[in-house]
Amino acid sequence: MIGGLFIYNHKGEVLISRVYRDDIGRNAVDAFRVNVIHARQQVRSPVTNIARTSFFHVKRSNIWLAVVTKQNVNAAMVFEFLYKMCDVMASYFGKISEENIKNNFVLIYELLDEILDFGYPQNSETGSLKTFITQQGIKGQTKEEQSQITSQVTGQIGWRREGIKYRRNELFLDVLESVNLLMSPQGQVLSAHVSGRVVMKSYLSGMPECKFGMNDKIIIDKAGKGGVTNEAGKSTSGKQSIAIDDCTFNQCVRLSKFDSERSISFIPPDGEYELMRYRTTKDIILPFRVIPLVREVGRTKLEVKVVIKSNFKPSLLAQKIEVRIPTPLNTSGVQVICMKGKAKYKASENAIVWKIKRMAGMKESQISAEIELLPTNDKKKWARPPISMNFEVPFAPSGLKVRYLKVFESKLNYSDHDVIKWVRYIGRSGIYETRC
Amino acid sequence: MEWANQLCENRQFGSKMTDSKYFTTTKKGEIFELKAELNSDKKEKKKEAVKKVIASMTVGKDVSALFPDVVNCMQTDNLELKKLVYLYLMNYAKSQPDMAIMAVNTFVKDCEDANPLIRALAVRTMGCIRVDKITEYLCEPLRKCLKDEDPYVRKTAAVCVAKLHDINAQLVEDQGFLDTLKDLISDSNPMVVANAVAALSEIAESHPNSNLLDLNPQSINKLLTALNECTEWGQIFILDCLANYTPRDDRESQSICERVTPRLSHANSAVVLSAVKVLMKFMEMLPKDLDYYSTLLKKLAPPLVTLLSAEPELQYVALRNINLIVQKRPEILKHEMKVFFVKYNDPIYVKLEKLDIMIRLASQANIAQVLAELKEYATEVDVDFVRKAVRAIGRCAIKVEQSAERCVSTLLDLIQTKVNYVVQEAIVVIKDIFRKYPNKYESVIATLCENLDSLDEPEARAAMIWIVGEYAERIDNADELLESFLEGFHDESTQVQLQLLTAIVKLFLKKPTETQELVQQVLSLATQDSDNPDLRDRGYIYWRLLSTDPVAAKEVVLAEKPLISEETDLIEPTLLEELICHIGTLASVYHKPPSAFVEGSRGVMHKRLPARTGSGESTESPDVGAAGGSAPEAAPSIIPSQGDLLGDLLNLDMAPPTTSGPPPPSTGMQMGGMDLLGGGLDSLMGDESEPLGGDIGGSPAMGAGFGAAPAVMPASLNAPVGGGLGDLFDLGGVGMPMGAYIPPKIVWLPAMKAKGLEISGTFARRAGVIQMELILTNKAMSVMTDFAIQFNRNSFGLAPAGPLQVLTPLGPNQTIEVSLPLSTVGPVMKMDPLNNLQVAVKNNIDVFYFSCQYPISMLFVEDGKMERQVFLATWKDIPNDNESQFQIKDCHLNSDAASSKLQGSNIFTIAKRTVEGQDMLYMSIKLSNGIWVLAELRVQAGNPNYTISLKCRAPEVSQCVFQCYEAVLKN
Repeated sequence: MIGGLFIYNHKGEVLISRVYRDDIGRNAVDAFRVNVIHARQQVRSPVTNIARTSFFHVKRSNIWLAVVTKQNVNAAMVFEFLYKMCDVMASYFGKISEENIKNNFVLIYELLDEILDFGYPQNSETGSLKTFITQQGIKGQTKEEQSQITSQVTGQIGWRREGIKYRRNELFLDVLESVNLLMSPQGQVLSAHVSGRVVMKSYLSGMPECKFGMNDKIIIDKAGKGGVTNEAGKSTSGKQSIAIDDCTFNQCVRLSKFDSERSISFIPPDGEYELMRYRTTKDIILPFRVIPLVREVGRTKLEVKVVIKSNFKPSLLAQKIEVRIPTPLNTSGVQVICMKGKAKYKASENAIVWKIKRMAGMKESQISAEIELLPTNDKKKWARPPISMNFEVPFAPSGLKVRYLKVFESKLNYSDHDVIKWVRYIGRSGIYETRC
Repeated sequence: MEWANQLCENRQFGSKMTDSKYFTTTKKGEIFELKAELNSDKKEKKKEAVKKVIASMTVGKDVSALFPDVVNCMQTDNLELKKLVYLYLMNYAKSQPDMAIMAVNTFVKDCEDANPLIRALAVRTMGCIRVDKITEYLCEPLRKCLKDEDPYVRKTAAVCVAKLHDINAQLVEDQGFLDTLKDLISDSNPMVVANAVAALSEIAESHPNSNLLDLNPQSINKLLTALNECTEWGQIFILDCLANYTPRDDRESQSICERVTPRLSHANSAVVLSAVKVLMKFMEMLPKDLDYYSTLLKKLAPPLVTLLSAEPELQYVALRNINLIVQKRPEILKHEMKVFFVKYNDPIYVKLEKLDIMIRLASQANIAQVLAELKEYATEVDVDFVRKAVRAIGRCAIKVEQSAERCVSTLLDLIQTKVNYVVQEAIVVIKDIFRKYPNKYESVIATLCENLDSLDEPEARAAMIWIVGEYAERIDNADELLESFLEGFHDESTQVQLQLLTAIVKLFLKKPTETQELVQQVLSLATQDSDNPDLRDRGYIYWRLLSTDPVAAKEVVLAEKPLISEETDLIEPTLLEELICHIGTLASVYHKPPSAFVEGSRGVMHKRLPARTGSGESTESPDVGAAGGSAPEAAPSIIPSQGDLLGDLLNLDMAPPTTSGPPPPSTGMQMGGMDLLGGGLDSLMGDESEPLGGDIGGSPAMGAGFGAAPAVMPASLNAPVGGGLGDLFDLGGVGMPMGAYIPPKIVWLPAMKAKGLEISGTFARRAGVIQMELILTNKAMSVMTDFAIQFNRNSFGLAPAGPLQVLTPLGPNQTIEVSLPLSTVGPVMKMDPLNNLQVAVKNNIDVFYFSCQYPISMLFVEDGKMERQVFLATWKDIPNDNESQFQIKDCHLNSDAASSKLQGSNIFTIAKRTVEGQDMLYMSIKLSNGIWVLAELRVQAGNPNYTISLKCRAPEVSQCVFQCYEAVLKN
């Protein structure tokens, strides 16, 4: 199991050091600093073995978090734990920075004591942790309160405490998708997928039982088959359904129920959390198409022309559009002309960055640039990194639609109709690249 | 500490009072000041002081001198302060064992506290204080806590048992804690169950034979129930524990799988991977024809792909595991090639792993896409990645024959870039392509030679030298090229030296007249001026060969090389099985068994996959296994590539093995570190290690036997030399040339079609030499002279080894019998039927063409007897699609007679077993081009019909081989 956990600043100085196992000595702290943080070359692996000791690390801004062990631990678990640790810290004190860590080091030690025991991860849900790790001291707790805490920490529904009350029962559903594309210069889709998340903010009283439904092809087909006899109109809805390649759920969702009936039922955590993640590859709406044209004029000049076309309903508006056109390292000067938005050559990033605030669907825009090059003796040709794009659109490129989210709370006197529900769809670019 | 001070300065101006101020210390009398503060009456001041102490401890300062003062602060009802003091205690108790006793009282008292959080805190901390004297006091409180009414205390106590066991195992056993822990597996609270499982698993690991985790269907059921209810971490503990269980039969296995599959949708990747581990393991037990088996296979792909959208570190872990899964069960991800395409911004460790998997998944169906990607990658920035991409192109060429041409032209394009490391890498892989497809792409040699000067890496130099030596006859200035390398002979690495030696000897044998001086020079450099025993030995062997029997030398050095295998650097099957049992763990990331990197007793236990328990296979014999019907489970035989898996286990360096340095070569060109008897002999003869031939040199008698080899060699003239050596120890093959089947002569070219020349003939294999036996009859009126013969390209590269020996003119009505020795090194082209041969015969009158079919049995070489183990592995390795079945009717031989008859034609029986009155003969055949054909012949007493199943990597030959069987058995 996990033998110890260290947090370093960018210089390699230790900010937090917690050792769980006897086989980890103080020299392990130095070994990681010397061999990884101070190593001059790029990180070649997130798992490093130094003198029979294994180090797992992740980096958050310029902070290094390292787990050390001498045993055959579950590596996936270690990384999941490190991410979780970052989440927990972030929810306690915000950004993970050197200053925040120093300011909260006692709290961090307390957390580390609670969520790792002898190197075994324990309950790490911030919801329940915050009930008893407060840094304010838990004073005046009654016996009932105490046992409520412990039963929540260890219980089946460790993510939600009893007795939550809201005057207004409200929930917000965000369908956040990132659409990823790799396209060849000729416009052929090499790979494309949407990875989506359903993020929910719930402010509901009591222990509500929720059921979430979307236009998942499997369910719709199932329902369609069953309902064909009584409802003829149902078969048409099948067209709008989407094929989900795979999905994963927050631990509150009853997985065995999803496996058997494909229904998503759960008791939600309070506040904001990620209900599910999914991935689709079929029938994706690619909101933008990038058409590159790069011409080498002699050895000292490049001519670049890039056209972008928006491919969605004209009534919708895409926002925060940014096209990044890489330039060779020996670029000496760039002249850009664009029809819309603003374009700038950023020498430090070796790219022309073209920004457009808003763009409606079914439109097209274009940029052209002349790039002057310094002559070099470098034999190696410029690798021509792909042109990448960022944007935000107000729909789900996968075609996912929320059909319902039903809330049942039998003990309290509010019903599904009393809950105010909000649904929002946001599609963003993931890695959206076109080779040129 | 510098930052602490700096920060202090910054802080002075800040208005917020935060914890970071504790990192500031006045340097003088610091300990003294702290001491005073710790003993202060004011609670707040005390707390501040303890915080300062902890801060100092964190940055590595020794504050152990404050031990008594800090411990004095322990008696407090302030939980935060208490926790800080405990933290201090855990750090320093070991260095101050006597004083640590002072704390015991408080612990014992805290374990009785009304607040469950405090009880748990006490028992948790106590277990972390590794002082013998304290552990004695720990027992009673621990016993109580294990039975505490509060689950939070119980789950903490469960882990504490593992802690105590780590300090004093005997004590834990004596106190009966293990039994209490086992009881906790039935606890009502899922988290208690999970922690108990984790603790028991850990304890069981250090007692490999204790059966501590006594898993049985009842306890498994409890675990599966808890699995649905506990935290994500608890699910991991339970799944990892489940993976150690071996179900009793396939039904139990299936029901566990059914209950584990929902976990594949968990958001936590570790839960998913652990579930995959359980499924991969238990699947082994399911019969393959079961519907559920294929359903399960389908269910595994999506979650594995989803893992690739996780954060990069997890992607890396997932990819390393997918690499194993793809090797074990390629069918799972065979349609998912695209998700492994490299993204421009992927971290380098993700890129390299993806590339590895892409090559494994490459097939005829997706090769075009793969190649286009690889070409793209070869222009990237990272040197390691580019090299690997170039190698990958070469591996595609070898793996998918249809793509070879495109791969070669892509490689040539890359060579044109003149980027040094790209050129070198390309040359190394082109050498392999030459090996795989002889006589096809040699036209590119000229381009390669242009880059000779830029090669500075040993591997590339060795590859280039090999090419020059191998094709010396086609390169006009081969001698000059090799001579240029010779100048700095002693500065070269061993790999290059050995290759240069061999290449020059090859050159000499091909062009003896001009290169005598050169060969003298290299032999003396290798034997007299070198300290390297490998080099010296090889030099001496060549020298003796050349001086005693140049003909034999030619046979040895210029022997035909066996084909190289498609799959390279696969993990050895037993290791792969073990690693599959460790999916998700560090072992699966390193691709090494835990015993290689874990100290002490933990993890030494080797895990294995369970055996299939399907019905009807209980008759399985251990050696030839389940060859009858379902495929045996043994995995392919593999020669681990350079950078041996276990070899470098002990000098673990910073990077994991696969990403350090240039990637391993695509074929095992192990010139440097070979052992003298095994691969050494192979490489000595100018060929490379090849999976199936590897067993030849295994016997220790080999060294002695080799000295005599040249003398014996002429006996088996044309046989590949590897075989010749094998035969020294297994003379069965060569001993009985008389038994070989020779079809009767038939008329190939009737006189009326050839202006009076009639040709009839047959083919024979005599003493390892293929011969075309011809009868030429002159039915015309005039004398015929100037006979010559030529073959068109054909499937097995048959070509006349010499001119047609018709020395005297053939008068009218005269007949002459000629025997024409054939070689198999001619140009290759696939014919239809496969054994069709188009012949042109010329005489003074005209040129005549005819075609004939030869029995493929004449291509069966004498060293076609496969090792049993290799046979088993190969049989399994060849996909079932390649198996074909035939009936041989009306054959009245018993199995032994059939076996000896077949042996005469170099069809070797490897094993025989009898099942229910039916004899099963397992046989192997090796064709002259290195293709192996494996056969299973079923002979039932009293039934004149035999059934024969043939398995071969090149299934096209099966039909011909079957015809041979029929011909041999019936004659």
